[in-house]
Amino acid sequence: MRSATRTRSFYFLATVFTAFIVFLYGPMVIIVLLSFQGPEGGLTFPMNGISVFWFERLWEGVGVIDIWRAFRRSVGLGLVVMLSTVVLALAAGLAFRQRFFGASFVFFVVVSSLIVPSIVVSLGIGLQFQLLDNVVMWFGERYDIAYVNDEFQTTMGLFTSALGAHLTWTLPFGLLIMFAVFNRFNPAHEEAARDLGANPWQTIRYVVIPIIVPSLIGVALFGFTLSYDELARTQQAAGSTNTLPLDLQGLTTTVTTPEIYALGTVTLAVSFAIIFSTLGLVMYLQRRRSAHGTDAGEGMV
Amino acid sequence: MAPLGIVFLVFFIVPLVLTLIVSFWDYTEYAIIPDFTFRNYQEIFEGCITGLPDLCMTFKTYWSTFKFSFIVWLLTLVIGFTVSYFLRFHVRTMTMQIVLFLLCTIPFWTSNVIRMISWIPLLGRNGLVNQGLLDVGLIDQRLDWLLYSEFSVILAFVHLYTLFMIVPIFNSMLRIDESLLEAAYDAGASGWQTLVNVVIPLCRPGIAIGSIFVITIIMGDFITIGIMGGQQIASIGKVIHVEMQYLQFPAAAANAVILLAAVLMIIYGLTRVVDIRKEL
Repeated sequence: MRSATRTRSFYFLATVFTAFIVFLYGPMVIIVLLSFQGPEGGLTFPMNGISVFWFERLWEGVGVIDIWRAFRRSVGLGLVVMLSTVVLALAAGLAFRQRFFGASFVFFVVVSSLIVPSIVVSLGIGLQFQLLDNVVMWFGERYDIAYVNDEFQTTMGLFTSALGAHLTWTLPFGLLIMFAVFNRFNPAHEEAARDLGANPWQTIRYVVIPIIVPSLIGVALFGFTLSYDELARTQQAAGSTNTLPLDLQGLTTTVTTPEIYALGTVTLAVSFAIIFSTLGLVMYLQRRRSAHGTDAGEGMV
Repeated sequence: MAPLGIVFLVFFIVPLVLTLIVSFWDYTEYAIIPDFTFRNYQEIFEGCITGLPDLCMTFKTYWSTFKFSFIVWLLTLVIGFTVSYFLRFHVRTMTMQIVLFLLCTIPFWTSNVIRMISWIPLLGRNGLVNQGLLDVGLIDQRLDWLLYSEFSVILAFVHLYTLFMIVPIFNSMLRIDESLLEAAYDAGASGWQTLVNVVIPLCRPGIAIGSIFVITIIMGDFITIGIMGGQQIASIGKVIHVEMQYLQFPAAAANAVILLAAVLMIIYGLTRVVDIRKEL
């Protein structure tokens, strides 16, 4: 009797799950299809022929906005955020393994950073740099610093305020992943390294990091993708330099041709290329590990 | 440790403190003036008490935002729970669980704006949904409320943020010892009774964490409401955003402080119901 009821609920839930997946991916598939719309085609079906016309238009640039510069900016910022997230999350994850003064306070702050509305963080950072600008200019006038008076415009920028804003979003994810990893980490590996005469740096470099490297790649994935697509926190914190999502948001109201789908398709392609190569790399590492019969991964997911 | 602390000090704590301070400053059209005034708060709540029972602008905006939060919370909770339940209790092999879980997660790593835009060809006046309904004969006039409406805003929220429910609830479910379910079955519980009396109570921390994520995101949102609402629907985030564009920082800061207070009260309420710290 039990298995009978189980099967019925299984089919029901499997249907719900499939519907959910279609709901998640369906719209994406549709804009990818529509981006290959013919030159005469519009924003919806039917397809008026198949062409790469809108991609060519996109390649030449979308109107006044230099979309490729925004694209390069977003990738550049994403890489810096990714690297900073991995390094800082790893360092903090290692530090949190020992009890230290203020540990729970730091943890509380990091988690708060996830749940404080993005607009508030964004406003705060924007405000902070605005005030900083005022201070710099005041100093410039007070002490007659030629550079400040003639050249200085703002301290806001991609790699100051925007980088900071992105880190408040990516680091909590990175740190939570590191917690999950180190909660399951078997300290026997380190003890063995220490018994064999490794110093603390060697232990981390040759034992700990190789064991947790798949998770570090995961953190890197979060760091890059969350930064590359970040919008809410960047809005007030990027100053006058627009990232790709900011330009995209602007284009939603001005572009009325399938060009915007072409841009969407390119953006998605970049995201998917990164996601799948990262996941592939993790899988390769896991497989190589199990093939070599090592127990280095023991205690890990 | 220290570098991480510095990042959060400089880009999180100091900005929040500055926001609080500046919310008491004065401003003119072209400058902000250090001061200690309640002007910004007074202006936000001007006529809100005396005008009751009619809602003032601020109360209307909050009411609308609360409404969105509640509806989306309910939908993401039901969908998120169902999806997690399927993954946890009906997918047998670990590999399959990981694959299907990743399938749910991958969209989270892609652009939100693109995911919003992708609804346009479906929901627009000449979109697939209207066309389909016309062809089937369910409607004889194209529906206007599918896109740039409260409906499309809710749809987009559910589309974007159900994952924030799935991950914590799935995580809670992973910790459920299957022998508990066997015990419930042996004690004569029906599937439904097991779900209500065993599974759901054990998922409470995950549900609470997911709820906090979804509610705080929607309370502060202005991008989804902006794009999917055709810039016609008000939200607190949007008020702050507009005030910032006019460089009315003190007014924006006061609104941000009130928004933060509202969000923190909701979180406090949720943590009274469920002790989240046990879970972390």
